Amino acid sequence: MVSKKVNTRPSIAGNGQPGLRLPRRHRTRGGAEPILALLPALIAMTLVQIGPMLVGVVMAFFRLTQFTIGNWLEAPFAGLQNITLAVNPTEPIGREFWGSMGLTALYTVLVVGIAWVFGMAGAVFLSDQFRGRGLLRSLFILPYAIPAYAGVMIWTFMFQSNGAINTLLGRDLHLLSSQTFWLSGAKAFGAILVAGVWQMWPFAFLMLLAGIQGVPGELYEAARVDGATRWTEFRDITLPVTRDVSRVLVLITGLWTFNNFTTPYVMFGNAPPASTNLVSLQIYINSFVDLNFGLGAAMAVIMIAILVIIALLYIRLLRLNVGEVPNG
Amino acid sequence: MAESFSYRVVRVLVLLFLAAFTLYPLWTLITISLSTATEAGAPFRWIPEFLTLHPYVAMWHTAPLLLYLKNSAIVSSSSAVVSLPIALLAAYALTRHRLRGRGVVLRVVLATQAFPGVLFLLPLFVIYISIEHTLGIPLDGTYLGLIVTYLTFALPFSIWMLTGYLAAVPPDIEEAARVDGASRMRAFISMTIRMATPSIVAVGVFTFMTAWGEVLFASVLTDGATRTLPIGLQLYESAKGLVIYWNQLMAAALTVSVPVVVGFMVLQRYFVRGLSAGAIK
Repeated sequence: MVSKKVNTRPSIAGNGQPGLRLPRRHRTRGGAEPILALLPALIAMTLVQIGPMLVGVVMAFFRLTQFTIGNWLEAPFAGLQNITLAVNPTEPIGREFWGSMGLTALYTVLVVGIAWVFGMAGAVFLSDQFRGRGLLRSLFILPYAIPAYAGVMIWTFMFQSNGAINTLLGRDLHLLSSQTFWLSGAKAFGAILVAGVWQMWPFAFLMLLAGIQGVPGELYEAARVDGATRWTEFRDITLPVTRDVSRVLVLITGLWTFNNFTTPYVMFGNAPPASTNLVSLQIYINSFVDLNFGLGAAMAVIMIAILVIIALLYIRLLRLNVGEVPNG
Repeated sequence: MAESFSYRVVRVLVLLFLAAFTLYPLWTLITISLSTATEAGAPFRWIPEFLTLHPYVAMWHTAPLLLYLKNSAIVSSSSAVVSLPIALLAAYALTRHRLRGRGVVLRVVLATQAFPGVLFLLPLFVIYISIEHTLGIPLDGTYLGLIVTYLTFALPFSIWMLTGYLAAVPPDIEEAARVDGASRMRAFISMTIRMATPSIVAVGVFTFMTAWGEVLFASVLTDGATRTLPIGLQLYESAKGLVIYWNQLMAAALTVSVPVVVGFMVLQRYFVRGLSAGAIK
């Protein structure tokens, strides 16, 4: 299997600088070997992700319902009907879809923004030297380690009218009625927002902490000699050096949040209040509850098209060097 | 260099807030899992009136928790064990050969994050059914279908993390082994993989965690016998009519969280290094 045609360049150990890393020189054109090594991953991803993605796009153009799904290869062609049905804002389905898209966009901006602020605050303050920081660091990443559905279940319990939120905000702090119904109407958005932030911010914290710790300490020392305050230090050093991390972070957490299905589904199942009807759940309900698979696929295609356009614009506008080879 | 008093006050306040925000649900989880069903249904108290271990006994009977635990353990560990060599091979090709690979991997990782699961859930289901009918390989409602699905979901990030780790291992070490007559692949396996073992274990744990917590595909690809924890735990909410056994649900949620939390905490520094490898330059 494995190609024997490896090249036999002399080792760089002989060039007088034994510790020097020269990765490029060590990469070879190995003929079939790299292709063979990549093949299992390519096959798996074609079968499970890329193939179904393409089939999903095709499905958006067919009349696929519970009546035709059994024999899906012979489902009637629908042309653009599913798409026009999904995007027409004068009809209930289109109105619901765009409402759901707008809601998801708002949810994404809030979760990503708050998670970034919390993560940055935690990372900046835990970069200081003081007792107990190791403990706090471990504590902060706990919500990310807990399975997402388990976290949502805890928050679902806490937002019950007899739950911990009403005890804290209502009975103890008297900020609200202690009989507030969180899990219906517009307030339910607050419930999925809090649960979403709780699980997302530790990831932002971890990435930003790693970014800050990559900064040479002399930079801060020099700034302090020049009389910098903590705030100017943050503005002039920490923010600029973590800019690349932040940009990738916002992109990844943004995509995760926009596609979030677990939070509203585990909290509300198939009947979410309108304020928690995130677009993934909306598509799921169209497909697997209303059994209109073609329409669900059409909505998913529109959603992914919009996501891809936004992501590409984001990468282009910020000149994000996704995948630039370091030390290459 | 002394920190000003006001700076320290701000730091304490911010960290206290973040710690309280993190701990509040965890405290609820622990106390309710140790409460009676009556108390779990009554207005929440910071400290339960009675402490009982009963929920941890009863949870095994209210729903077939042991079965779900077994199913999740089989599916998650198989996904991790099978995906690791696949990801390692890919990472080997990308770091040790002159492919314009790293950039491609990172773009593919980002692209897969953009795919909403709901778009390919139905097509995947339909494809699995077709394979089952034509080739006789059972993929719907079986461990196999779930394992194939989850190991693939974890591949992009696994390859991302592994390319980062392996690129950091100096190739001189492999060269040395090859001088002794080992083939390139053998040198890679015997030297580089051995040096990067903790990172590789971390990637395996990452795959395990992905499978352990996945909800959407499990809701369609499992049946009564292969149901995994994320779907199984919802049974506590509907097990006996409209009564929700919150205390047992919290006990079960805590129980199933412990293994992945421990694994994550032990290996956390490798995750941080791996996840940030692509973002930090």
